[in-house]
Amino acid sequence: MTLFRRSEFIIACILVAAMIIIGLINPAFWSLDNLFGLLRANVIIGILALGVLVVMISGGIDVSFTAFAVAAMYLTIKVMIYYGYGGVLLPFVAATLIGTFLGAFNAFFIHSFRMIPLIVTLGTGSVVRGLLLGLVGTSMINIDKMPQQLIAFAKTDLISLTSASGTNFGLTAMILIYFGLALLTHLFLRYTMMGRSVFALGGAPEAASRVGFNTRNTLFVVYCFAGALAGFAGLLHGSMIWLANPRDFVGLELDVIAAVVLGGASIFGGRGSVIGTLLGVFMLVMVKNSLIIMKVDTTWQRVVVGLIIIIATALTAWRDRKKLV
Amino acid sequence: MSEYLLELNNISKRFGGLVALDAVSLAIKPGEIHCLAGENGSGKSTIIKIMAGVYQPTEGEIRIDGVPVTGMTPAHSVQHGIQVIYQDFSLFGNLSVLENLALNTMLLEKRRVVDWTRARNLAEQALARLGVTMDLDADVETLPTSGKQIIAIARAVMVNARLIIMDEPTTALTRPEVDALFRIVRDIQAQGIAVLFVSHKMREMLEISERLTVLRNGKKVAEGPITDFNEPKITRAMTGHDLTDQSYVWEPAAGDSPPRLEVRNLSVPGSIEDINLTLHAGEIVGLSGLIGAGRTELALALFGMNPKFTGTVTVDGREVHPATVQEAIGSGIAYVPEDRLSEGLFLPQSIERNMLATSLNNFVRGIFIDRKRTAAATSGMFGAMQIAAPGPQTPVNHLSGGNQQRVVLARWLLTGARVLILNGPTVGVDVGSKAQIHRKIRELAVENGLAVLMISDDVPELVQNCNRIIIMHRGRFVDEIGPDSLHEDALNDRLKALK
Repeated sequence: MTLFRRSEFIIACILVAAMIIIGLINPAFWSLDNLFGLLRANVIIGILALGVLVVMISGGIDVSFTAFAVAAMYLTIKVMIYYGYGGVLLPFVAATLIGTFLGAFNAFFIHSFRMIPLIVTLGTGSVVRGLLLGLVGTSMINIDKMPQQLIAFAKTDLISLTSASGTNFGLTAMILIYFGLALLTHLFLRYTMMGRSVFALGGAPEAASRVGFNTRNTLFVVYCFAGALAGFAGLLHGSMIWLANPRDFVGLELDVIAAVVLGGASIFGGRGSVIGTLLGVFMLVMVKNSLIIMKVDTTWQRVVVGLIIIIATALTAWRDRKKLV
Repeated sequence: MSEYLLELNNISKRFGGLVALDAVSLAIKPGEIHCLAGENGSGKSTIIKIMAGVYQPTEGEIRIDGVPVTGMTPAHSVQHGIQVIYQDFSLFGNLSVLENLALNTMLLEKRRVVDWTRARNLAEQALARLGVTMDLDADVETLPTSGKQIIAIARAVMVNARLIIMDEPTTALTRPEVDALFRIVRDIQAQGIAVLFVSHKMREMLEISERLTVLRNGKKVAEGPITDFNEPKITRAMTGHDLTDQSYVWEPAAGDSPPRLEVRNLSVPGSIEDINLTLHAGEIVGLSGLIGAGRTELALALFGMNPKFTGTVTVDGREVHPATVQEAIGSGIAYVPEDRLSEGLFLPQSIERNMLATSLNNFVRGIFIDRKRTAAATSGMFGAMQIAAPGPQTPVNHLSGGNQQRVVLARWLLTGARVLILNGPTVGVDVGSKAQIHRKIRELAVENGLAVLMISDDVPELVQNCNRIIIMHRGRFVDEIGPDSLHEDALNDRLKALK
């Protein structure tokens, strides 16, 4: 009974229905090649969405994470090239730390000056993008200069197949990293007091501090977590597309927020789940992918993403209001 | 071992030059039900915060179990078993009953990881101690106020409370819910826990408490076993003067002017049926009934918020068709809603702006607002309504409930209303302000010749202020009590008969 009332279940139903419809319009949808491609496209948006999910549960919003992701990626790769460093683990640790550090700024402003998260993150995002282009560089780093170890790492496939036409395709192993981070986020939110304090803060900030949660710490953990995931996702993105573009990720924050809202998280805070977000991300990526297959112009894809945000937010707001009555 | 669990001896608290508490002493015995009464601003909240360790007293001594305590913090207060349940309960609506119950204990134990099995056990035990059962997995925001309150009490009991302080616990409860609350309170009393009720509702105090302390203007004015008190005595202690309980007598005006409001065969599909009502100038007519009888729907129909009605409405002999609020106001009908906070006032705005909100059209010159005239009108009203505030520029959210209600009344008077519909005019207002509002309503009826329709669930309020009371049931007028038989018992009996 409770299963059917959960929003995740409803999202899953809509997802299955959408897959069937898309499959009917275009049978190529069900080809392994396409499905593996879809999953691959989930990885970066998905990791970013996990961070945004936690921020949204805490009652905040983050639009700076794409800037942090690009900054962490570009800076790390620049330094790697400069020193000719050939490892994989250390750069990812560095990118994650850069993201964490930048996230702490968001938390600092939001906590110390009681500023609205949207304004703070609009500001920090803009500052970080500007500093990156102004101080670090504006030129793209393409496959010739990209650290080959990163590219090799991101090329790892779980399954490799050859299609009928003779081209090779596979399921990227990066999906495991994504699922691993999703599991960690789920465990964090569900089984740690810090995770519960995120829900408490998003539900009733006043009551959260009154019952004894350290809401300052919670705020820092939330924004640093989002920053850390952004930093990590940034470098992974660069490695997967063999390109470090300091102007990358513009406008992606809307896709990610749309995916999280689609996954049932409330923009008012206090509600949301990792499973819902995974489904939301898959749905968003699938819809965008289908639009491409159907040769819909990219400008029209923006319209679709915007509509998804509006409809999904309207639905969750309607759901939350109904509960109050 | 001391006789008292908690003693406050000659506690004073000053904020800058303002004296909030002046040498107040209060002692609570283990396992007693004590009531702290006082009007808004009497120092009740300050004393709660001192007991909770939120404020430090400027002077005086706090003893717990006979041992003096200095520099008490909220954490100390909790360690000594003092738990405060604030009016908003400090619950998390987005979390389950289970988690709301277990959170405090888990936080006190400084846990980092959540053990959900143990949390469930904790929650079950907490509810079992109160003898209630509840769906542990339901979200708290889906519960009624009474359910939230039970969770707040259960949560307080769980952390080994010895004294539970409840701030205005009965405000949003219906009578059966109040009874259920009192059962729970007696139950936790039997477990040796003391309860301090902080309230201004006299009947409920008399019902549940064993001892009573009354504050007025930061001073203790009365204390003793509840058997020494009755309603008038508590009122006198709280307000400092006797309140009139003279009933309202209406003198029909000489000459035969048409009735102020005449309603013929008014029906709204699905809620009210065939209402006939005549209100004369100077009349205050009560409208009583059970919740859901259609009283609010009737008010909304007259005020143009339910244009689907059929029937005729005349004001001063002129037929009107209140299809929109603007038309209703234009024809002289004013409505003060039940929830003045969400439906009637712009809280962060000044008294002046709130007063003018519905009558700005009367104060325009060309396309500009005539500031001189608005200032004159609002400062006149400010004085006439005796609003306790520094001036008409004070934001409305700085005012007490009683004063806010007066701002709403003032606004309608500025529109030149001739028919005033009041819905729950004194809900959530303390005794003193209540009496002043009642006096104001009577003055308006007598001096300004308004016809007042007063919807209320407060039986004494209706009996005291109305010259007749109409009883509504399932969308119809079913009975009327005239001036000869206006007694609380008469109204209560008829209301009971409806069930």
